Amino acid sequence: MTYPAAPRQTITYDTHPDQYKHWRLSCDGPVATLHLDINEDGGIKPGYKLKLNSYDLGVDIELYDALQRIRFEHPEVRTVVVTSAKDRIFCSGANIFMLGLSTHAWKVNFCKFTNETRNGIEDSSRHSGLKFIAACNGTTAGGGYELALACDEIILVDDRSSAVSLPEVPLLGVLPGTGGLTRVTDKRHVRRDRADMFCTLTEGVRAQRAKEWRLIDDYAKPQQFAEKVKQRAEQLAALSDRPTDVQGAALPPLKRVIDDAGYHYETIDVVIDRKSRRATLMVAAPSAMPANEIDAIVAAGASWWPLLMARELDDAILMLRTNDLEIGTWVLKTTGNAQFVLDADAALAKHRQHWLVREVTGMLRRTLARLDVTSRTLIALVEQDSCFAGTLAELLFAADRSYMLSLPDDPEQEAKVTLSEMNFGSYPMVNGRYRIAARFYEEEAPIAAARAAIGKPLGAAAASALGLVTATPDDLDWEDEIRLVLEERASLSPDALTAMEANLRFGPGETMETRVFGRLSAWQNWIFIRPNAVGEAGALKVFGSGNKAKFNWERV
Amino acid sequence: MSIDYNQKIPNNVDLSENKTLQRALEHWQPEFINWWKDMGPDDSQNFDVYLRTAVSVDPGGWAHFDYVKMPDYRWGIFLNSAEPGRKVNFGAHKGEAAWQEVPGEYRSNLRRLIVTQGDTEPASVEQQRHLGLTCPSLYDMRNLFQVNVEEGRHLWAMVYLLHAYFGRDGREEAEALLERRSGDADNPRILGAFNEQTPDWLAFFMFTYFTDRDGKYQLCSLAESGFDPLARTCKFMLTEEAHHMFVGESGVGRVIQRTCEVMNQLKTDDVAKIRAAGVIDLPTIQRYLNFHFSVTMDLFGADVSSNAATFYNTGLKGRYEETKQDDDHQLSDATYPILEVANGQIIATQAPYLNALNERLRDDYVRDAISGIERWNKILQKQGIPFTLAAPHKAFNRKIGPLSSSKISPTGKVLSEAEWTHHHLEWLPSLEDRVFVASLMGRVAEPGKFANWIAPPARGINNQAVDFEYVRFN
Repeated sequence: MTYPAAPRQTITYDTHPDQYKHWRLSCDGPVATLHLDINEDGGIKPGYKLKLNSYDLGVDIELYDALQRIRFEHPEVRTVVVTSAKDRIFCSGANIFMLGLSTHAWKVNFCKFTNETRNGIEDSSRHSGLKFIAACNGTTAGGGYELALACDEIILVDDRSSAVSLPEVPLLGVLPGTGGLTRVTDKRHVRRDRADMFCTLTEGVRAQRAKEWRLIDDYAKPQQFAEKVKQRAEQLAALSDRPTDVQGAALPPLKRVIDDAGYHYETIDVVIDRKSRRATLMVAAPSAMPANEIDAIVAAGASWWPLLMARELDDAILMLRTNDLEIGTWVLKTTGNAQFVLDADAALAKHRQHWLVREVTGMLRRTLARLDVTSRTLIALVEQDSCFAGTLAELLFAADRSYMLSLPDDPEQEAKVTLSEMNFGSYPMVNGRYRIAARFYEEEAPIAAARAAIGKPLGAAAASALGLVTATPDDLDWEDEIRLVLEERASLSPDALTAMEANLRFGPGETMETRVFGRLSAWQNWIFIRPNAVGEAGALKVFGSGNKAKFNWERV
Repeated sequence: MSIDYNQKIPNNVDLSENKTLQRALEHWQPEFINWWKDMGPDDSQNFDVYLRTAVSVDPGGWAHFDYVKMPDYRWGIFLNSAEPGRKVNFGAHKGEAAWQEVPGEYRSNLRRLIVTQGDTEPASVEQQRHLGLTCPSLYDMRNLFQVNVEEGRHLWAMVYLLHAYFGRDGREEAEALLERRSGDADNPRILGAFNEQTPDWLAFFMFTYFTDRDGKYQLCSLAESGFDPLARTCKFMLTEEAHHMFVGESGVGRVIQRTCEVMNQLKTDDVAKIRAAGVIDLPTIQRYLNFHFSVTMDLFGADVSSNAATFYNTGLKGRYEETKQDDDHQLSDATYPILEVANGQIIATQAPYLNALNERLRDDYVRDAISGIERWNKILQKQGIPFTLAAPHKAFNRKIGPLSSSKISPTGKVLSEAEWTHHHLEWLPSLEDRVFVASLMGRVAEPGKFANWIAPPARGINNQAVDFEYVRFN
C-alpha cells in the first residue's frame, strides 16, 4: 500500500463552547451535562457524514475542550453527565466512512488523542474530585460504549431495544481500539468468556444482562431514566471535595502564531527544520518570579506560568503530532531562570490542596504523559542558559536521551539541573510511576540519591553521576556530537523507532493505560495495515457497501 | 600539559588552532609513545636512524631526511590538499557535494572502516618488532624502521580522523587501537593476517610486498570516499606506502639475486647444496610467496559481501581508481564474476556487482602483484636460471569465503583432502623451511656489509651511498 503525503492543511485544537458543533455543555450547580448532538455535516475533513452520533477528530477536540472548561472554568462542578441529545441513540462510535477514507497515520493519531481524552476523564476522577456518569439514553455502540467505559458509572436506558455493544470485530474486522477491550476487562472486570461473547456480538447486550455481566452499573426505564441519572449524579457530587462559591479560571485562546518556521507561543517556541525532519521545542521559564500566594495565583489564572506553559506545551504537542508527521525528532530545550521554575514548583507543592493548583498540576501531569506516548524521538539538550529544574526537569526524564553540556574548564558556567519535590510523585506516567522512579526501575538507592539532591544545582558531572542525563559532552565535542546524534537518529526507520521508543519508555509493569497504548493500540495498528481490514475487499473498506469482506484466512 | 604542536607534530590541519584535536592528542600522544616503547622495534629506542619525516604535502619536497631517535620521531598529520568542488563520485549520493563532516547516518560504518584500516598499522609494527635484531645490513635495518615509523604515522592519520570527526566514541576507538596486540589470543588485532608472525626477513619482504600492497588497494578505494577528509588522508598515506612496497619488492629481488649468484658459482640447482652455501633456495622463496599471497587474498574479505555493497552504495568506499571506471558508478544492475567450486571444478558465476566489490578489488590487486613477480623473473632470466616464480591461483589456500571449504592447488586444481595433505608442503613453507631461513638470520650491522643470503641494493637511500651509516648505535 502507499502512504499518502502528510496533509499540509493545518488542523488546530482551538475551540470554545460557543463554537461547538457537536456538544452542548450545560452547568447546573454541581452537575454539568455534556450533550452529544453531532452535526452530521460538521466533519473535520470532507467526504463523510457523521450520522447516528458518530464522531471524528473534530468531535473529540470539542470533548477535550469541554473537559478543560469544566476543570478550570467550572470548579463548582462535581459530577459530569455525558449523554446524548438525540433520540434513541447515545453514540455509535467513530465514523466508519471517515476511518475508511483516512490514512493510516491519521487513524493512529486520531485514536491516540481519543485515548488520551478518555484517560483524562479517568485522571480527573482519580485526582480532581470530578465524577463522570455515562447516561446512555439509546444505542451505545463501539466508540460510544468506549466513551461510556471511561466514565465512572454507566446507566443504560432499558427500553427493550437499546444495547451496549462493541461490534468492531464482527462488523468491521478491527478492534474496539480506544480502550474498549481493555476497560471491559481491566476496569469493569467482565469475565473473559463473557467479554469474548460480548465483543463478537453485533447487536450487543441489553440492560438486564448488561448489568449482570458488569457491562453497565445500572439501568432504568425511559420514564425513570432522567431521574435516576440525576439522583446518582447528586449522590456522587456529595462525595467530592471540589469547592463551592468560587470563581473559575477562564481559559482564553492561546496566543499562538503559526508561520513557516513553526509554532510560536508565549512560553514555548517550536522551530521546525523540515529538511532535517526535526523540531526544536524551546520552553521558557517565567520571566519574573511567578505568583506564589493563593490569591495571586487565582488572580493570575490562565496567565500563571505553570498553567500557561502546560497549555502551550499541550497545544504544541498536538499541533506537531497532527500536522507534522515527518518531523520525527523533537529536540527539547529550556531557557531562562531556573529559580523562577523552582519558585513555581514551590507554589505548586505548597498549595496542592487548592482546587486550582490541583487542576494545574493535573494539566501538567496529563501534558507530560502526552509527551511520553508521542511517537517521535525526544532528545533533551541541557545547554548554557537552560533551566531544567523541577517540573521542567521532567522533560529530561521524558526524553529518550538527554545530553548535558559539560565545561571542564569552567564548571561554574555550566547549566545546572535541579530537582524539586515535584519530580517525586506529582507527575506519574501512564504506567503509574513517576519518571525518576521508572527511570531507575523503582530501585531504592538511585531514587534516594536523586531525592537527596533536591534543590541542589547539579552540574554535568553530578547529574551524570546520579544517572539523570545520558551523556555529558564537553564544549569541544558538543556541536559535532549533537549533530551526529540527530543525523543518525533521523536516518533510522520511523516505524522501528516508534516501536522501539514505546517499548523502552515504560519499562516493566502494566497499567490499564499502558495496556491501552501498548497491547491494544499496537494490535489495532497492525490490523489497520492488514489487507483483511484495509485491502480493497477488507472489512473496513467494504462496510456499508453491501459486499462481504474477503479475508485471507491464514492466522498470523 | 603544554605542547608546541606545530613543532612537535608536523601537520597541515591547523592543529595549533584546533582545541578538540589538541585535547584528544594530549591524552593519546603519551599513550602512543608508551605503546611504541612497549611494542615498537625491540631494543632500538636509543639508535639514531636516518629516517624520512613527512613535513608537508608538497609533491616536490614533502619529506625531510635526518637522524632521529625513533621515540622522538615527529609523527605528523597530513591530508592531501582539498580538491575544490569535489563530489561524491559513486553510489546513491553520486553527484552530491563531498562530505566535509561525517554524515550522522553513516557514522558507525565510517568509524568501522577507519578503525579496521587503523588497526592494521600498529599491528604490523608489532609483527615486525624483533626483526631489527636479525637485520642483514644497516641499510635494511633503516628500511625496516622507516616502514615501522610510517606505519606509526598511518596510525596517526587514522587516529586524526577518529579524533577530529567522531567525538568521544572516536577517542575511545583511538585508545583501543593502542590496546589490541598482534597475535594475542585474548586481545587480537582485528584482521587475521595481522595476527600472523613475521618471523624472518624473507617473511618481512614478502609481507611488505604482498600485504602492504593490500593496504595500498584499501587506501586507494578509501581515497575515493565521499567523506572528503578520509579521501585526502588516504591519498597522502599512499605516498608513503609506495616506499613499503619498494622495500618488499627490492628485498625479495635481492634475495633472488644472491641465490642466483650462488647457484651460478656452484653451478647447481640442488637445494641441499644451495642451502649449505647459506642462501635461500628458489622453491622455498616460491613457497613463501604462495603463503603471503594467499593470506593477503583473504584480507580483501568475502567474495560476496553485503558490507562491501553498503559501503559502496552509501559513498563511503569506492573501487580502485573509481573515477576512471567507464560505467554508471552506481552498479545497481551490473554483475561481476566470482569463483565457486562446482562438480570438482572452479567455475566463474555472476554475482551482483555491488556485492562482488571485494572480488573486484582483489582482481585489481592480483594484476598489480603479478607484475612485480614478473620483474623478479627478469632477475632469474638475467642470471640464466631456468626457474619461474608464479603467483598461485587466487583460490589457493583461502581461509575465508566459500572457497575456503575446498582444497585447491596453486594452479587452481580442486583437490581431495588426501591430495592436499600429500602435497601441501610442496606449496607452503614447512616448519623445516622456516627453521632453515631462521638459521640464516643474524645481525649484520657494519656500514656497507650485507648478510650472505642477500645482495646489496643497487643504490642507497636519498642518494646516500650503500655503505652510508644508516643507523648509529649509541
